[in-house]
Amino acid sequence: MFNTETPALTETQANSITVSGCWQVHAFSDGKVLRDISRTLSQLAQRDNLQWNLSQIGAFDHIGAQILWNSWGKKKPAQLILLPAQEGFFRRLELANQLAVPKPAKSRLTTVMQLGSVMLNFFSHLLAFTELLGQLILDLLTVIRHPGRAPWKEISANIFQMGFRALGITALVGILIGVVLSYLSAQQLRTFGGDIYIVNILGMSIIRELGPMLAAILVAGRSGSSITAQLGVMRVTEELDAMLVMGIPHGLRLIFPKVIALAIAMPLIVIWTDAMALIGGMMSANVILDMSPRFFIQKLPEVVAMANYYIGLGKGVIFGAAIGLVACHFGLLIKPNTESLGQGTTTSVVSAITVVIILDAVFAIVFSRVGYF
Amino acid sequence: MSLIIKPPNPEIVINVQNLRTQFGRSTIHNHLNLKISRGEILSIVGGSGTGKTVLLRQMLRLEQPTQGSITIFGVDINQATSEQIAYFRSRSGMLFQQGALYSALSVFDNVAQPMRELRVLPESLIKDAVYMKLDMAGIAPEHAAKMPSSLSGGMVKRVALARALALEPDVLFLDEPTAGLDPSASESFVSLILALHAELGFTVVMVTHDLDTLVALSSRIAVLADKQVITVGTIDEVIQYQHPFIQEFFLGARGRRALTVLDKNDYGK
Repeated sequence: MFNTETPALTETQANSITVSGCWQVHAFSDGKVLRDISRTLSQLAQRDNLQWNLSQIGAFDHIGAQILWNSWGKKKPAQLILLPAQEGFFRRLELANQLAVPKPAKSRLTTVMQLGSVMLNFFSHLLAFTELLGQLILDLLTVIRHPGRAPWKEISANIFQMGFRALGITALVGILIGVVLSYLSAQQLRTFGGDIYIVNILGMSIIRELGPMLAAILVAGRSGSSITAQLGVMRVTEELDAMLVMGIPHGLRLIFPKVIALAIAMPLIVIWTDAMALIGGMMSANVILDMSPRFFIQKLPEVVAMANYYIGLGKGVIFGAAIGLVACHFGLLIKPNTESLGQGTTTSVVSAITVVIILDAVFAIVFSRVGYF
Repeated sequence: MSLIIKPPNPEIVINVQNLRTQFGRSTIHNHLNLKISRGEILSIVGGSGTGKTVLLRQMLRLEQPTQGSITIFGVDINQATSEQIAYFRSRSGMLFQQGALYSALSVFDNVAQPMRELRVLPESLIKDAVYMKLDMAGIAPEHAAKMPSSLSGGMVKRVALARALALEPDVLFLDEPTAGLDPSASESFVSLILALHAELGFTVVMVTHDLDTLVALSSRIAVLADKQVITVGTIDEVIQYQHPFIQEFFLGARGRRALTVLDKNDYGK
């Protein structure tokens, strides 16, 4: 079955070209063959009154025919010897000449207009996000009025999925960050003889800032992406439409349980991450500064005001809800194709982390006078 | 010398020998034999769960049989060298049930993909070839820029057929070619396949449930039952075979309706 005859062009007599060999597409899969053939063809295209003899071709297909056809300037040469079986190919090519191939429409947007469309796009995202937030609040009111209608099962499943399952990774990252922070600060503090302030540094930074932040970034990467991908696939498989047809609202059954579950699970994950990071820092302090864990634990409530802890928990609730909302927003915008799914998931995670950092800055400004002795 | 005029003695393109397929404890095929000759349109029919699609996927090397061999172009595809497999891949085309168009690529790029994958054809040639293939499959050039998600079911099948035929394969595999199409769309798709078959002379291996398609397209029919191919032949020969599945499938009410059409306008083989 392997037809290995290479395609060839030979000038058998003066001004008579014999085409031979296998002119099927696989014969050209070696790049060199095609380069040689096209070089010869372009040389031959300069000459007039050539006679082309195609009767020696072993195997032929439309792509082989197209190579010859294009070199002839998309028309039959005056003198052409064809096998009857080859006529069909050239009839097809003649027909294809008449196809009105549309020119690709050029984008008529100027740079300014493109900038404008980016802004409009941003505002439409903002609008859709506000609608989503409004729907969530309406759903919340419905649930408060009729607690029986709340999707309790979904909420609990989501807490397990996005909360409990995230404990391992947050613990690992928490401990490592605690160790790193403790080592770095201990080096500096020792030069000033301020060993004891390691408790202040670790306590304040981890409980108020790093714990909620680390947890939020990990959860955004872990659960945010999975929420977006899940909703996106449901769009692709028309499950979202099926739910609407059955009269099941997306808001109450898909978005509400995810956002609420994240808002409940996140503060718990924050406590967990705080504890792990402090344990990591405490152990390192024991190793490098000879500070006993008992002293560390006794000192902690004295130097870190309880308000910091509440701020951290509050951040957890807000960050969790924000991650859930952003992920749902981008999940619902996914169009039914693979590229949109990939793009949507990426945008979702990046936006969720950005939103979390913006909210963190807001927290820092609003509570700038709270929680310090 | 020409390859388009097929040699008079039919050459065996695909030879399935003594095939055995097992999924866990359940045996799907046992001692299955099937020969497919060059240029014919062979349909594989059978009840659901008899492993028609599995057989097709095994011929495409998407699944491995437990035992036995599948020989395509004289080469056992499960023991072939990577070169032979590459050759086989470029000489066979598959039309998946749902089309399986790349949803991130436009219609044009979907059809151009197999040609670009060779990495030797110049883009100008690919452009001409793609528009010609689309034209063959009955897709006007203005649809070339569309994305698969904005095409109707019939158009998706046509584009998928154009993509399967992009490199002008010797063997075309069809999985339920008319499933999900309305009667007139499936009618025109069937006549499209017949026309292209007459023009390009490829071998077709097809799995179908649709009796109308079966009657209209197949030159031979292979019936899968009892884990084997119980009979192969033209539709008239197959109907003569005594087996409960055949009685039910062809001679039930639906079957008789389709066969009356066959008698009336004789557009089968």
